[in-house]
Amino acid sequence: MELETIIGLEIHAQLTTKTKIFSSTSNCYGAEPNTQACVIDLGMPGVLPVLNQETVRMAVMFGLAINAEIASRSVFARKNYFYPDLPKGYQISQYELPLVRDGQMIIELEDGSRKAIGITRAHLEEDAGKSLHEDFQGLSGIDLNRAGTPLLEIVSEPDLRSSKEAISYMRKIHQMVVYLAICDGNMQNGSFRCDANVSLRCAGDQRFGTRVEIKNLNSFRFVERAIEFEVERQTNILKSGSRVIQETRMYDAYKCETRSMRSKEEAEDYRYFPDPDLLPLLLDECFISAVRADLPELPDAKKQRFMTQYSLSSYDAGMLTSSCALGNYYETVVAELGGNPKLCANWLMGDFSAFLNKENREITDSPVTPYQIASLLRRVQDQTISGKIAKDVLEALWFGEGNVEADSIIEERGLRQIIDTSAIGEAIEIVIESNPEQLAQYRSGKGKLFGFFIGQVMKILSGKANPQQVNKLLEEKLKE
Amino acid sequence: MKEKTISQLSIGLAAKEFSSKELTQMFLERIKKFNPLLNAFITVTNDVALVQAQAADRRRQQGLAGPLTGIPIAQKDIFCTNGVRTSCGSRMLDCFIAPYNATVVEKLNAVGMVMLGKTNMDEFAMGSSNENSFYGPVKNPWDLDTVPGGSSGGSAAAVAAWLAPAATATDTGGSIRQPAALCGLTGIKPTYGLVSRWGMIAYASSLDQGGPLAHTAEDCAFLLSAMAGFDPRDSTSIDRPIPDYVNTIKQPLEGLRIGLPKEYFSDGLDNAVAHTVEIAIDQYQKLGARIREISLPNSHLAIPAYYVIAPAECSSNLARFDGVRYGHRCNSPKDLLDLYTRSRTQGFGDEVKRRILVGTFALSAGYYDAYYLKAQQIRRLISDDFQRAFEYIDVIAGPTSPTVAFNLGERVDDPIKMYLSDMYTIAVNLAGLPGLSLPVGFVGKHPVGLQLIGNYFTEGRLLNVAHRYQQVTDWHARVPNEFT
Repeated sequence: MELETIIGLEIHAQLTTKTKIFSSTSNCYGAEPNTQACVIDLGMPGVLPVLNQETVRMAVMFGLAINAEIASRSVFARKNYFYPDLPKGYQISQYELPLVRDGQMIIELEDGSRKAIGITRAHLEEDAGKSLHEDFQGLSGIDLNRAGTPLLEIVSEPDLRSSKEAISYMRKIHQMVVYLAICDGNMQNGSFRCDANVSLRCAGDQRFGTRVEIKNLNSFRFVERAIEFEVERQTNILKSGSRVIQETRMYDAYKCETRSMRSKEEAEDYRYFPDPDLLPLLLDECFISAVRADLPELPDAKKQRFMTQYSLSSYDAGMLTSSCALGNYYETVVAELGGNPKLCANWLMGDFSAFLNKENREITDSPVTPYQIASLLRRVQDQTISGKIAKDVLEALWFGEGNVEADSIIEERGLRQIIDTSAIGEAIEIVIESNPEQLAQYRSGKGKLFGFFIGQVMKILSGKANPQQVNKLLEEKLKE
Repeated sequence: MKEKTISQLSIGLAAKEFSSKELTQMFLERIKKFNPLLNAFITVTNDVALVQAQAADRRRQQGLAGPLTGIPIAQKDIFCTNGVRTSCGSRMLDCFIAPYNATVVEKLNAVGMVMLGKTNMDEFAMGSSNENSFYGPVKNPWDLDTVPGGSSGGSAAAVAAWLAPAATATDTGGSIRQPAALCGLTGIKPTYGLVSRWGMIAYASSLDQGGPLAHTAEDCAFLLSAMAGFDPRDSTSIDRPIPDYVNTIKQPLEGLRIGLPKEYFSDGLDNAVAHTVEIAIDQYQKLGARIREISLPNSHLAIPAYYVIAPAECSSNLARFDGVRYGHRCNSPKDLLDLYTRSRTQGFGDEVKRRILVGTFALSAGYYDAYYLKAQQIRRLISDDFQRAFEYIDVIAGPTSPTVAFNLGERVDDPIKMYLSDMYTIAVNLAGLPGLSLPVGFVGKHPVGLQLIGNYFTEGRLLNVAHRYQQVTDWHARVPNEFT
């Protein structure tokens, strides 16, 4: 019996508005508990919600970016359930009539082929507060700072067939919301999180199997592991002839397993109904066009353009457009350098990225400006310095103070590359004369010693010689 | 100062015949003397009142007084009042001190009105007799054995007994108009969206609307002009200019087209009430109005539709009273479910529980279409009935309530009979229209109310129609014997 995995994701992206979705309280993360909650967020008697229009603009941006239909009329509904961190006893969400419908996201599979993943809907809703179960001696603490934070819930079709596809899709959504600057994408803080619906069916079946929902996965790795665990668990159940129970499960990151939270029988009846405190949300074509006109260049389009405009490989273009900020940085470097996009790509994806990773910095707070990088690459390009020396200069730029150009470091430290053939020739002479033994061995066939000679020559020239030139001259000399 | 309407008091204050402080003290003394008899107030705010009265007097000295500056008023305990207990007639909020002011309270403060206290009401505004209050029933000043109506029973009794010259109230299915009728007062429920709901504790959000209860249409005009207006904190508030309702109140009624819905004069209407209402209609004819019969064919569906929609909304609105952040919490809960169950069991009264259960059921999976959705469709039909009628008439008139005030305890065990008290008022809320009740006579010692219903935003016209009647009658000026 061959089983097919069916996955659908519900992604929650917190929107980066200044204020909450239904109140004018600040939407910043990380304040002292319950300091960012006004009477509305606290669900005091008599309070009323007023929709933050900025959330609508953001949701429409997303809808347009995934080629979805934007509803000219959508309705906020109440999802009723009791929980201590849900102040009103209901969550304001959208139910029957969401703002965004029928979009899609193209993902790239491992074999390089492309696949369209349907996006059933994306709707606006408010986040709940947080229950804190530690540090209260058997009691629970409630922090309502998060209550009322705007969320965009993005629901995919059950189009994903493996954990790899799920991750690839999730990364694309993540990239998109960050590109659009509607979500900070910070998964550790819960700004971007996901529920996964997983089921299996016999290959070829039209009907879906019983699904299990895994709640609150807040890293790509957890999503991957939780799905893989769940697929294996369900496979074992089905292979043993049993049936999967429809239920909600949670993922335990320590034990790398999913555990049952509640079964279908215990599932809540949310008693959705249109929220009488909010009017239906009506959008006209004019508003939608204005948002469309304001859309930034989207990741896929940017990648395509990089491939044509800069003759980059799909891989390079993909890497450089993985974030909007990196793409912009790259383009500034290329423009400043006046060409040589491949050189720029190699440096940004190589040493520069390595520095960012090592220092755990975002490109937006890189200490080195694209203009400095261009000043460095200019000297690599005209062979004033070698690639190896350039790495040292980059390091100097990275840790140096102020906005210095590469040239001043090169001059200051005398790193200018030696391209004077006679100076290199002299050094080769010295090396050959002082290492007769190695010379004999080399000539008797021990070709590996070539590297030794290069090293010695470079040593004499303090590493500033052009490596290709040294190679060439040494090769000639040794053949004599 | 006693038994004077707001417009008369306003003249007295302006002429410096008395100060706001003196006026306020007089009402506070009357409250002290008569409230034990009536139970109209849950909280009397002596200190707040005197501070506000003195501020109003200073404002007058500075020449900054408006017509309502220094006039005392009672606030229904459904409106949040900053720093003052706001109980909504419920044990659940017995200890709740509101941290902010309702827009209505804010607006009346802004014009310099003086708050005497918070009036009794049916718990969370659910009731038609004021017998569903945690603070005990209110008595009708015209007959202490009878109910004042509900849910704004405390406001109505306070004004009828002259413990306050006027009061705020709210109306979800008749809670301004029915108590006005039963207590011989004038009260208006405005078009839905005219008065902000911010800070007005929600019962059924799509039906709730605040308004004034006073002796005369003119007083209601003064108050409504101050209470109404767009509020950006209420998404259902309507952004349109508010006229000065006092300015248009004197227009003649010649040519006014009044429609009498035949459905409002049939089964269930008390004969004596019907007779009193007919005499009032004759008076309108004398004032120049043209009377004709109309039909609102879906009237009989109003109560069933209301008792699905209102409970559905209330089941959700009252979910926030969970014992977690404020309000009543049971002693030593053993777990979360116990906290919820016992806090709510203890905090809510029977009628509130009944409506929460009905509403929860109506919204449940599998029943939503049959109940909630169907009720919303009926709501549209009812609304359409009115719109068809307003094509050829200006104002609809009929009895406010099918009977006069009934005895305390008479209907407490029969919710259906109790619900029928609002059979003529509920459709108005379902359609979102303005409705007014004015006193048009007595059956024995019990006042009878006439309801006037207008199209959207015709509050000015309704107040005008009521005012002209009050210029030629004195039902509104009668005072119950025990409270003179």
